[in-house]
Amino acid sequence: MMADDAILVAHDLTMKYAGTNGGMPALERVSLSVRPHEFVCIVGPSGCGKTTLLRLLSGLLIPTSGRVEFEGQPLVGPRRRIGFVFQQANLMPWRNVLDNIALPLELQGVELETRRERARDLIELVGLQGFESALPRDLSGGMAQRVAIARALSHQPELLLLDEPFGSLDALTRERMASELMRIWSRRAVTVIMVTHSISEAVLLADRVFVLGPRPGSMRLEVEIPLARPRTLDMTYTREFGAVADRIRQAIESA
Amino acid sequence: MGLFNQTKPTPATYPPHGIRRWQQAWVVPLSLIVAVALWQVTAEVSRLPAFMLPSPVEVWSRLLRAVSDGSLVRHTWTTLGEVLGGLSLGMSVALSLGYLLAKSPTAERLLAPYIVASQSIPTVAIAPLLVIWFPGRLSKILVAALIVFFPVLVNSIVGVRSVPEELKDLMRSLRATRWQVFAKLEAPAAMPVILGGLKVGATLSVIGAVVGEFVGSDAGLGFLINVGRGQYDTALVFVAIMVLIVMALGFYAIVDRLERRLLRWRADPTRE
Repeated sequence: MMADDAILVAHDLTMKYAGTNGGMPALERVSLSVRPHEFVCIVGPSGCGKTTLLRLLSGLLIPTSGRVEFEGQPLVGPRRRIGFVFQQANLMPWRNVLDNIALPLELQGVELETRRERARDLIELVGLQGFESALPRDLSGGMAQRVAIARALSHQPELLLLDEPFGSLDALTRERMASELMRIWSRRAVTVIMVTHSISEAVLLADRVFVLGPRPGSMRLEVEIPLARPRTLDMTYTREFGAVADRIRQAIESA
Repeated sequence: MGLFNQTKPTPATYPPHGIRRWQQAWVVPLSLIVAVALWQVTAEVSRLPAFMLPSPVEVWSRLLRAVSDGSLVRHTWTTLGEVLGGLSLGMSVALSLGYLLAKSPTAERLLAPYIVASQSIPTVAIAPLLVIWFPGRLSKILVAALIVFFPVLVNSIVGVRSVPEELKDLMRSLRATRWQVFAKLEAPAAMPVILGGLKVGATLSVIGAVVGEFVGSDAGLGFLINVGRGQYDTALVFVAIMVLIVMALGFYAIVDRLERRLLRWRADPTRE
């Protein structure tokens, strides 16, 4: 993995929150590098600093020490070329689906007609046709999260960061959303970094999986997933899949 | 793709509540008719003099007289002007100060003691001072503004503080400007609470204006009540009170309308 063809590089990230855990860092000396159009998952036990790491990579948080480079430039704050999907769908309840998706474009001053047109394309991409004028209160959890993904894609970011986007969904919806995300990723030239606590989700979706250990979170393992694409849910039951998932599980448990 | 089509629930539609609304429309006029009839009977049976308890018929004829000689309209306009002036003054100061206090902990620490202390004094008690200091209608506007100020202030602080942290993060990740955060997130998110404050404030401002007029004035519905009392013209007092009730109800209805319009996104469709 060469650093110069990477879209995102993190060097020695350490994050300490003031006054918590007797100064124990939430994250300690984490380094990683992500190539363009790669799908990367970060897994680890809860409280290991996965979300902190993702926020550092987005520029929402600034590390105590270490640095992040995005497209060769140091990252010192949020960037429009980085899209972020939160744990909760985080929609504005007073905006309908179309206007929620168009929000990033609206903030950039894109004209009404242009942004509506782009939002309609995205509605089609995430399969929500007919719900353009629905309000968030009328959406199921899975639908709301699809709106959130469409919104994060609306300003055509190079990099999409997802923070346990399916964490609050039921198991069946979750599986469906995972294959949906794969389909979207294969149709859009976008790099994806996704945080999840589900090992099988990570193995199914990712080209590479980073494993974080318990607090203070540090890099335990980096695994290339050898499964061919396109991937299907059936692959979950193959021996290869099981072997990789097991390696990851052991890395997490050997604390 | 196919998988996802079947997960979509159809958008909810709700049956119209025409029948229930029709029934409800009758309740208020009916109870009003009953109340007025009871009043008329009481006035006649008790044989109280008109300055103690005027009958509805007497109040009605007094109303017609006050309308025809133009005095009622004139005094109502005076009070209405004071109420609107007080409401807009009190609202605008309370909203801007509330936003400042919600955003700046330093400002809150600095100003909160004074604001809370000012609330321990009843506005009615300050009204005479205001009438001495500020001549004419300004003093009534100030009393109305003062009485509106605090509930709206508290509501706007609560409203701005209730903006979800996650939505702020979203706006930050999208690099929204300060103005965009205000216009597209804080203002709409705080709107329900602010409208609640306006609802209370609108009715309170009517009280404020009348209190100001009681203390000292030569016009307005509060003045009319004073005149009626002084001349044993109790029917006139009733007339003025009724106009005040209608005014307060009118304000309430306007804000209620506004609320329904602006907060359609929040309305619970299973209710009503």
